[in-house]
Amino acid sequence: MIEWIHPSLLLIIGALGIPLLRGRARQVWQLVLPTLFLLSILSLDHGSFGQINFMGMELTAGRVDALSLVFAYVFAIILIIGAIYGLHVDDWVQHTAAFCYGASAIGVVLAGDLVTLYVFWELMVITSVWLIWRRKSDVSMAAGMRYLLVHALGGVLLLAGIVMYYQSTGSIAFEQIQIGGPAFYLILTAFLLNAAVPPLHAWLADAYPESTITGAIFLSALTTKTAVYTLIRGFPGTELLVWMGAVMALYGVVYAVLANDIRRLLAYHIISQVGYMVAGVGMGTVMALNGASAHAFTHILYKSLLFMGAGAVIHMTGKSRLSELGGLYRYMPWTFVLYMIGGFSISAFPLFSGFVSKTMVVEAAAADYRPVIFLMLLCASAGTFLHTGLKLPWFTFMGKDSGLRPKEAPANMLLAMAIAAFLCVFIGVFPGYLYALLPAPVEYNAYTTGHVLKELQLLLFTGLGFFILLRHVGGENKVAVDTDWIYRGGGKRATIAVRDRISLANRMSRDWFMGILSTSLVYLNRHHGRDGKLARSWPTGSMAFWVVVLLAWLLIFGIDQH
Amino acid sequence: MRLARILDWLVERWRLLAVIVLVIMTLLVVADFAIEPSYQRYPWDGLGGFGALYGFISCIVIIVVSKALGYAFLYRPDDYYDEKQDQDD
Repeated sequence: MIEWIHPSLLLIIGALGIPLLRGRARQVWQLVLPTLFLLSILSLDHGSFGQINFMGMELTAGRVDALSLVFAYVFAIILIIGAIYGLHVDDWVQHTAAFCYGASAIGVVLAGDLVTLYVFWELMVITSVWLIWRRKSDVSMAAGMRYLLVHALGGVLLLAGIVMYYQSTGSIAFEQIQIGGPAFYLILTAFLLNAAVPPLHAWLADAYPESTITGAIFLSALTTKTAVYTLIRGFPGTELLVWMGAVMALYGVVYAVLANDIRRLLAYHIISQVGYMVAGVGMGTVMALNGASAHAFTHILYKSLLFMGAGAVIHMTGKSRLSELGGLYRYMPWTFVLYMIGGFSISAFPLFSGFVSKTMVVEAAAADYRPVIFLMLLCASAGTFLHTGLKLPWFTFMGKDSGLRPKEAPANMLLAMAIAAFLCVFIGVFPGYLYALLPAPVEYNAYTTGHVLKELQLLLFTGLGFFILLRHVGGENKVAVDTDWIYRGGGKRATIAVRDRISLANRMSRDWFMGILSTSLVYLNRHHGRDGKLARSWPTGSMAFWVVVLLAWLLIFGIDQH
Repeated sequence: MRLARILDWLVERWRLLAVIVLVIMTLLVVADFAIEPSYQRYPWDGLGGFGALYGFISCIVIIVVSKALGYAFLYRPDDYYDEKQDQDD
């Protein structure tokens, strides 16, 4: 008897229909499927569903509560937006992978136990990597392979952690991880890897800019935010995370200064923004956890909007570097304006979505009396506007004329961006609707005179600094090495050097051994060979001679004895 | 394209827009001095124009420190990871 069907299962089955459909039929199904999926998520009741006993373990495929629903709602929304944005792409592999990836992400946030979580966690990796590989360039193949390997490592850590957790607690229920020891740290490390917390973040900035134009929308939304969900669920109030989050927020900002590729710049700002969420999880207060959830929700919308804008530019111009772009606002005005709505949202301008969520996390730090964290997060806010709201649009759409004369992006891309932009403004103007979804009642009011005044000052004077230093902030034709250098640069070279040394040593020891072998062969041959002393047939004369010698010896010494 | 023309119209008047924004920025700082601070938690809460100062300094520090790190340690030639050659699609 089936009393509850997992929405992810429905979505995966539906996604398997995409390869069978062609042309218009595929496009219609691509819109109908995520819409049905959103409806199925909206119709979920609170509670635990889909419990089955598997080899003595109690699995709960569906744990539905306020926290899991916040994430499930926004994931479902982004699947619709992403589907519209990718409507023109004729590649069933990508579309199927994107929906299965979304289904897995929702599987993670609905998972009530660690085994179900692990299964969907791994499914996310093997579905999402196709969104990178389908760019079909050598770079994206290599980046996708690195992405796969890094996440395979994370999966192993998670599995090891889950096994140890089960051994010491006898439970696989996914609640706050309250035991210490290796299980705690293994599971935490696996979650931090997916949340792209430095130094485990390099896979993100490596792979996302190499993904397909449309795949980046799903990638930017899903993996890091499922990790934020698992951190909120499993590790609230872990002091270490406060500092990791604040450092992370600034780390992304520093690398965004150095970035030249527009989607790499945005990727580093995912890391920066997830830093706010990780810090919020670490503080663990009601306001901080609400803030982290709210920020994940708004972040998915504005970051997808930014990636859509950057993707539209790359799609229309074929260029992705700031040093090759410029002056596009005349040719892609709608892309520019919609991008700027995303830029204002991520920068937390009042009346845009980031303002109602980011300031909640920052305020939580202040209320928790953490002045240093507060100042670090405030500094990262300035950095966010500096890059995503000023540097990227200035050097792409304004600035010098690059000579590019692209057409405006296709209508479906603009529509997807417009929906995301509408939601960004809507949440910014009416934050109550978002606050009502959050796990705990919200007592925070973003729109006090003090908050608005402080935020506007911070942002506008950041802008002043940008224009003063305008000449020094443009993209440069360089790459900035990050921790992926360990396996792409130095580590790779070191590995190759070690390999060469080993093969050299191997060859030398073989040569040495073969040398000894052949020397001894020559020696043996000399003595035991056909013409060797010991193998020669002796003439009878020499035999008689030796017998005479022997007898003479006996005669002289032997007889003397007796 | 109507929107492009509106944007062009704005860009042509960038001096005026810049002046307007600078006036707004001044007013914000003045207002910050005039209005009672809403919190008294930290030493800077009573400081008028703290947000402005902090934003400006943050911006300069971020750019200078990042670029310095870039030139000192992090920047490499574009083809450093040699698979990068077919970047432009």
